[in-house]
Amino acid sequence: MLGKNILAAAVAAVSVASSYALAADEAEIQKLREEIDTLKEGYETRLRQLEQHLEKTDQGAARPATPIQSAPASANAFNPAISLILGGQLNNLQRDPETWQIGGFIPGGEEIGPGNRSFNLGESELTVSANIDPYFSGFFVMAVTPENDVEVEEGYVQNTGSVPGVTVKFGRFLSGFGYLNEIHAHAWDFVDLPLVHQAFFGGQLKEEGLQARWLAPTPVFLELGLETGRGANFPGSERNKNGVNSGLFFAHVGDDVGVSNSYRFGASYRVTRAQDRPYDDLDSVGNPVTNAFTGDSKMWGVDFVWKWAPNGNTVDRNFKVQAEYLHRDEDGSLTFDADGSATGPLTDSYKSKQSGWYVQGAYQFLPRWRAGLRYEELDSGIPDFGAALSASDFPRLAPNDPKRTTAMLDFSPSEFSRFRLQFARDEARFDEADNQVFLQYIMSLGAHGAHKF
Amino acid sequence: MRWLALTGAAALMLACSPVFAALNVFACLPEWAALANELGGNKVSVYQASNALQDPHRIEARPSLVARMRSADLAICTGAELEVGWLPVLLQTAGNQKVQPGKPGFIAAAELVEKLEVPTRLDRAEGDIHPAGNPHIQLDPHNIAKVAKVVTERLELLDNANASYYEARGQDFQSRWQQATARWEKDAAPLRGAKVVCQHKSATYLLHWLGMVEVMNVEPKPGVPPSAGHLAELVTRLKAEPADFITRSMYNDPKATQWLAERTGIPLVALPYTVGGTPEAKDLFGLFDDSIARLKKAKQ
Repeated sequence: MLGKNILAAAVAAVSVASSYALAADEAEIQKLREEIDTLKEGYETRLRQLEQHLEKTDQGAARPATPIQSAPASANAFNPAISLILGGQLNNLQRDPETWQIGGFIPGGEEIGPGNRSFNLGESELTVSANIDPYFSGFFVMAVTPENDVEVEEGYVQNTGSVPGVTVKFGRFLSGFGYLNEIHAHAWDFVDLPLVHQAFFGGQLKEEGLQARWLAPTPVFLELGLETGRGANFPGSERNKNGVNSGLFFAHVGDDVGVSNSYRFGASYRVTRAQDRPYDDLDSVGNPVTNAFTGDSKMWGVDFVWKWAPNGNTVDRNFKVQAEYLHRDEDGSLTFDADGSATGPLTDSYKSKQSGWYVQGAYQFLPRWRAGLRYEELDSGIPDFGAALSASDFPRLAPNDPKRTTAMLDFSPSEFSRFRLQFARDEARFDEADNQVFLQYIMSLGAHGAHKF
Repeated sequence: MRWLALTGAAALMLACSPVFAALNVFACLPEWAALANELGGNKVSVYQASNALQDPHRIEARPSLVARMRSADLAICTGAELEVGWLPVLLQTAGNQKVQPGKPGFIAAAELVEKLEVPTRLDRAEGDIHPAGNPHIQLDPHNIAKVAKVVTERLELLDNANASYYEARGQDFQSRWQQATARWEKDAAPLRGAKVVCQHKSATYLLHWLGMVEVMNVEPKPGVPPSAGHLAELVTRLKAEPADFITRSMYNDPKATQWLAERTGIPLVALPYTVGGTPEAKDLFGLFDDSIARLKKAKQ
């Protein structure tokens, strides 16, 4: 409207000016023309400005200042985030994987070891997560094993901040012991877990129970955590009892050092109890027997991770070093030949103090390319058997110091796909080294959750 | 047990150290930190979670960030999945209800503006695309003005005692910003219609605002680094149909764009991308002054 009025005024001004010019002399005409030109220019500039202003006002009016996101069209919009991890590997193992064991340690189940020879499908992991309501969020990870078994890897409910700084989790979840235990397999820097995790937890330690963390309101990261639960997984066992069977306390401290470095340091202490926790061995004359441990299993550990990236920009180059030391004391009784198939059963006291550590580094030297190195050692100690038991009847518990050196190279075409080549010299068995080669792929479909530090 | 006592004592000491500013603001990215400082003045304490030399898609969810999110009263992020690789971890582990999405203490700036390049086809085969559209919204000053309005509203809401202070600061900023925007639009008029090759789709809003044309990207798909073959193809295409500039953001590795500029003779402009990207881009005003100055310098 305003624009039109000004236009009309300008036209009128020009026509009035031109009729007046007829009566004037040349010089005056020239002067007038200049004046009119200036006038015209002025009007045109103002017109342009006004038009621009109008355009902006229109745009402003069309959209509310604080737009509300468009309402979802159907209930499907409430569907949780779903992601699927596909993984697998090609293994080339020098020694028969059936003979693999961590010499000197009570084995923690069937899930440990280098896997089968040739092509192996890894666990396919389906993750579903969403907010439940304003108070809770839910997280579910289902793994389909290559043997076509379905496992609930994790299934937990979480609340964060209802009590300031406190995050509570309940259900089944990866225990907060140490650093690596909480990291999902697809985010590991190597194909397999360190030997110390395989020996002490029989893989990744999962807890069915409750975890609470409190984050201090400080500029430095300081987190204290408590966890308790049924403790049914190795090194605990199902006890068919009310109440709880495990307790974990952990503390984490972390910060940045300059703009390029950051770290986290942690310490954990966990107590659990095993009741008739069985494992297979051979007696002194080579008969297969099943032995069982009953008693306390106490574990402490320290963990450390340091990450570097030039200016904190991880895209082109970055480096990460991490290390963990774990120590376990088991104190109770050991039963030789629990089902009496050989010369048992015989029960007496048993004590062990065992430890292990690993240190590993992964360096991204080019975008998409990383190289890594890991070294690890375990110390089985010398078990303390009661008088009724003979050490020669427990060949798997003979003193040993397993070692392993691992190197890897991985290539990630995008952040959703990765290929990895890994060599390991595995000295977990008694007096035998195994050279292992793995070629692995990890693919991530769908929603891709953020990664922990 | 001794270390436990020591940790406890240290925690207590740290917990008691006072924070004087009325409002703690956690800014995911430098542009939002700069905006919070403009609008909050000395009534806010702003923590900037990342810098201009870091790729905003790929920040680590570092312990320091979790710790700062814990005490934040207001978190200002871009949203539109730009920070999807790290922000969710901070929000889920910081134990802070005040800054959860949907609460007044959380601002997702991209939700406040009209986004460009909203994909019509959602498929990861298209690279690292953002379902909500291009999230690099800060390089259009009209977007900054819209976000500023909401930041002022939230500051007033969350720190009501200082509402008039924020209101006055907000009005002052808006009027200075409006003047500056008009000046930039006038200054950049000669750039209108220029054809630009961008490393990543991070300057789209700047180009769109100034009427420049993004003719191609150095990345074959968003987030996918260019291969030698793709770069050679770009050289051929650019020889047939030359562009006026090649641009990259300061956080991008310069190698690919440098190579392309050398082969084609097209001027290369490194844009600050956000506050702190260049020494001149020390605040939001400097960001636009410098971006336009760099483009104009290359045009001559």
